[in-house]
Amino acid sequence: MSSDTSEDGAARLVLFLCLSFLTLILAVAAATAIGDYNIALRTVFLSVTNELGLTGAEIAPIEQSVIWNLRLSRALVAALAGAGLALCGAILQALLRNALAEPFVLGVSAGASTGAVCVIVLGIGAGSLSLSLGAFAGAFAAFALVALLSNGATSGPNHTILAGVAASQLFNALTSYIVTTSGNAQQARDVMFWLLGSFGGVRWPDFQLLLGVVIVSLAICILMARSLDAFTFGDEDAAALGVPVVRIRLVLFGVTALLTATIVSMVGAIGFVGLVVPHAARYVVGPMHMRLLPASAMVGAVFMVIADIASRVIAAQQTVPIGVVTALVGVPFFAIILYRARPQA
Amino acid sequence: MSVIAENLSWGVKRRMIVQDVSLSVAPGETLGLIGPNGSGKSSLLRLLAGLRRPASGRVEINGQNIAQVSRKALSRQVAFVQQSAATDTNVTVADVVRLGRTPHRSALAGWSEADEAAVTQALGRVEMATRRKQAWQTLSGGERQRVHIARALAQAPQVMFLDEPTNHLDIHHQIEILRMVRALDLTSVIALHDLNLAAMFCDRIVVLDAGAVRACGTPEEVLTQKILRDVFRVTAHVSGSPENGRPHIRFSPQ
Repeated sequence: MSSDTSEDGAARLVLFLCLSFLTLILAVAAATAIGDYNIALRTVFLSVTNELGLTGAEIAPIEQSVIWNLRLSRALVAALAGAGLALCGAILQALLRNALAEPFVLGVSAGASTGAVCVIVLGIGAGSLSLSLGAFAGAFAAFALVALLSNGATSGPNHTILAGVAASQLFNALTSYIVTTSGNAQQARDVMFWLLGSFGGVRWPDFQLLLGVVIVSLAICILMARSLDAFTFGDEDAAALGVPVVRIRLVLFGVTALLTATIVSMVGAIGFVGLVVPHAARYVVGPMHMRLLPASAMVGAVFMVIADIASRVIAAQQTVPIGVVTALVGVPFFAIILYRARPQA
Repeated sequence: MSVIAENLSWGVKRRMIVQDVSLSVAPGETLGLIGPNGSGKSSLLRLLAGLRRPASGRVEINGQNIAQVSRKALSRQVAFVQQSAATDTNVTVADVVRLGRTPHRSALAGWSEADEAAVTQALGRVEMATRRKQAWQTLSGGERQRVHIARALAQAPQVMFLDEPTNHLDIHHQIEILRMVRALDLTSVIALHDLNLAAMFCDRIVVLDAGAVRACGTPEEVLTQKILRDVFRVTAHVSGSPENGRPHIRFSPQ
């Protein structure tokens, strides 16, 4: 699965990252060009170089505005969200030693939805609180509960997963309770759409915030990639290899919670990416995290941008919720990987 | 490297699992830890290896109190081989042995020639050099245990702790693993179930009973009919083996 000498592995990783980065640029360009009003790819590139002051091509102001103010920021946020979710998935699968772990396993999305309905339905904060802030607060409340229930994540993977399940159930129940007792049909629909995820409405400030969070998270995770490898045979084994287990766990749980909460509060709880992309990446670059983490982030970014394009072209005149698309597009790919990676015994 | 434990105690809630254990292991010595189930062998081993913090008492490795050494620095000197480590991750034999270099590498350091040499040498020691690319999942129990010992060797330790390394292995592989460990130029402490194997491969043996040291000495001194009856609650006859003079235990059905 992984090549034998590290130099080979490094060359392969660099090649893989370069190829997927090129794909990402093309995907982002396509996502910017495609829409209700299609724009030529050439115009998209010229528009970007214009904004950067490299060229001075003539572009219709309406196109320039659609590209720069609507679609490009949206495509880039999609890329960052995909990268972040895939990164969180890879980290949690390693820390919890569970192939089913994904970014929402620690209750973050359930908490975010409760926070969101508190703002949408109950009107908490009386308009001063944005939906995003409510969702962010809810997400962190859920994470704090999980951290508490699992003794600061020191009680072992299964205990932590159970704590996550309990927190998810609790916050989902709270969400349903609030929606059924206080909400009207329209609000319930709004909440559902928000939960399934949407990149509509994201703008440059969202991009800047998310870019910062993703870069910092990725840097911290890469610094801890070696330690994550040491978790292959469990916590005690990691400790025997000199890894400060509790500290690594707490830091990485914290980073994934922060990153997931930021993404969920911006674009909703987009499922499947965080679960599947790390498995796909592992299939290509192997299980060692120094390669797996950057590869996952890159694949996640490409996948999400393509899913976003699909969400806008599948149904004419309508945007399908992105969470629906990630599953619809993702499952067939995943099925192929599962089939090819099936145990030979 | 010598290992010295002074008055170690450790417990969970109110139950004491290791009680006031003192022992010493001389450099290069192979010490066996034996005792019935629940006598505290695994817990004591973890205290000695610094994986658990004792409630009281201290462990010194080469004259240094291990409570004052960082995890990383400690694992450059001390390796710990688990009973039967397992993973679902699809790793190769070489991947697993490379993990042994973890305490020697900084967060972003590349793979050095010293690292590669340590891995190659370790794989050679356990006779798995030709298997480096094989998937760990496809190995047999004995091969997995050898790979884990190779990983421990890649740590370049001076002391090795092994927790029942021969569990679930057939007798051929049990003897093979212990002979290999014995041949290493290391101080080692091995928790063992099989008393005859302990007699065959250990320089000295510590008998644990209910968390306390019941006896300590050479196999001849320790493996007596009286101790076997009192600690292990079996009737046994001990005779000198004709091959090497070490005690050989024959159990009676009563």
